[in-house]
Amino acid sequence: MKIINRELLVIGGGPAGLAAAVGAYEEGIRDILILERDIEAGGILNQCIHNGFGLHTFKEELTGPEYAGRYIDKVNGLGIEIKTNSMVIDLKPVENDENKDSYGNLATVVSRSEGMYQIKAKAVILAMGCRERPRGALNIPGFRPAGVFSAGTAQRLVNIEGRNVGKDVVILGSGDIGLIMARRMSLEGARVHCVLELMPYSGGLKRNIVQCLEDYSIPLHLSHTVIDVKGKERVTSIVAAQVDENLQPIPGTEKEYKCDTLLLSVGLIPENEVSLSAGIEISPITNGPVVDEAMETSCRGVFACGNVLHVHDLVDYVSDEADVAGRKAAAFIRSQGEEVNTKEHARHIETLGAVRYVVPQEIHSDNLDDEQIFRFRVSKPMGRSKIVVSIGDKTVMSKNKMIMAPGEMENITFKKKWLEGTGADDKISISAFEIDKEFVI
Amino acid sequence: MSEEKNVDTDLICINCPLGCKVFVKGDLTVPEELEIKGNTCIKGKEYAISELTAPKRMVTSSVMVLKGDKPVVSVKTKEAIPKNLIFDAMNEIRRAKMQAPVKIGDVVIGNLCNTGIKVVATSNVDRI
Repeated sequence: MKIINRELLVIGGGPAGLAAAVGAYEEGIRDILILERDIEAGGILNQCIHNGFGLHTFKEELTGPEYAGRYIDKVNGLGIEIKTNSMVIDLKPVENDENKDSYGNLATVVSRSEGMYQIKAKAVILAMGCRERPRGALNIPGFRPAGVFSAGTAQRLVNIEGRNVGKDVVILGSGDIGLIMARRMSLEGARVHCVLELMPYSGGLKRNIVQCLEDYSIPLHLSHTVIDVKGKERVTSIVAAQVDENLQPIPGTEKEYKCDTLLLSVGLIPENEVSLSAGIEISPITNGPVVDEAMETSCRGVFACGNVLHVHDLVDYVSDEADVAGRKAAAFIRSQGEEVNTKEHARHIETLGAVRYVVPQEIHSDNLDDEQIFRFRVSKPMGRSKIVVSIGDKTVMSKNKMIMAPGEMENITFKKKWLEGTGADDKISISAFEIDKEFVI
Repeated sequence: MSEEKNVDTDLICINCPLGCKVFVKGDLTVPEELEIKGNTCIKGKEYAISELTAPKRMVTSSVMVLKGDKPVVSVKTKEAIPKNLIFDAMNEIRRAKMQAPVKIGDVVIGNLCNTGIKVVATSNVDRI
């Protein structure tokens, strides 16, 4: 099989891959290849034609394709190569390489035009994004007629392929894609009967509840799910029911909605088959790789960013995170041949209270920049709350929040100087809790 | 003399993902004297006044493209349009057609529903 060498291989040409490549270029790396499996770069942004992107990165409000367009122009302007229609199917550390030429990772690629070939890279950035949780993962009883779509599939059909998906719609799941599609289907002339949400709170941004549901008088039924799908060829109706605190349907609360379409917006899962083939450690909570301060995975020279690492709600944060991964991958490539930092003594970041996870999950004190951003999510909606960072028994940062919700990623900036005077074995922790509850304790 | 329009309400600002809850109290006919709380930036104040007097929304959709490498091109209103015109706007946008090639920023509709607001392309479509 043909093998080509590249200093940096970026897997995925969505917002994470594009920003990572730009970050690496700005740190002096020129031999970069981005592989994209779709026919064009841009990733999920191409189908997110609504506005609201880029307020943080570009200080203006853009649509998804415009945001992607800015980065594609940048990448093209810098002369960074993107190969489309190219899919990585396997990634392995190079074993028993007698030349020890520092091209330490071997990716296997398939493409219609070039067949199957391999790329040896000094560093690899994983930026494969995520995919939707499908119907099969939900155990919804009923028939299997046409008309049941994941919300993102419907979004692609309507916005990119220009097709009509349905006229009478029920949406299960109030994540942002479900909310955005409620509005999109309404604009296309469909009747959206309601959005059903299993949890007692929405997983979407507040502003999307206002501008996608309230603007179109679409009811949001919390603590509700679908218990039956009817129809042989095409969906003819669905049966919804309220659920109790154990998320079990309550008998007697069933309601049937005549509809031809059911959209599922029930969660996103980072797409890590390639990461698994490389033996990379995956976090059971984020479903993405465990990374350190450099966004480096458990596999030396392999970095991760964007939705493959943990699912984001804002692309601006993806770009920030990917920029860091690109810069750190560049530093890794430059440092090769020198005495390589062995990165010993990873310090695990403990999550306490309502903090469900934090990324990065561990840090190496010596490699830390002056400021390190930690991104995290909480496990439940909370009112007036406190976020606290502690090292050992010392509180180094504490900030108040008016409100926190599982659907909205939080971040804190960790300062390296906080580590001064602390022991190497002192536990670093991030916690979040409601303030009123604290007084109860 | 115009009649007073007193409000005492709260609304969620849609300008950014923070989604601030903004409280508005006072007479809408004298916006400068309204008591506005809860917003964390100036946009929240502007949004609250606009939302209670003349609500506006950006509209995004897609438009059919002839001879393009893709069947449709994504579009947006160049600025927010009056909320009550959304469906009239969609009727006009749905009827529009473009000839490839289309570039980001190309004008699709010059004067949407007589608002003077343009509809522009937000993605590129090459000619086949």
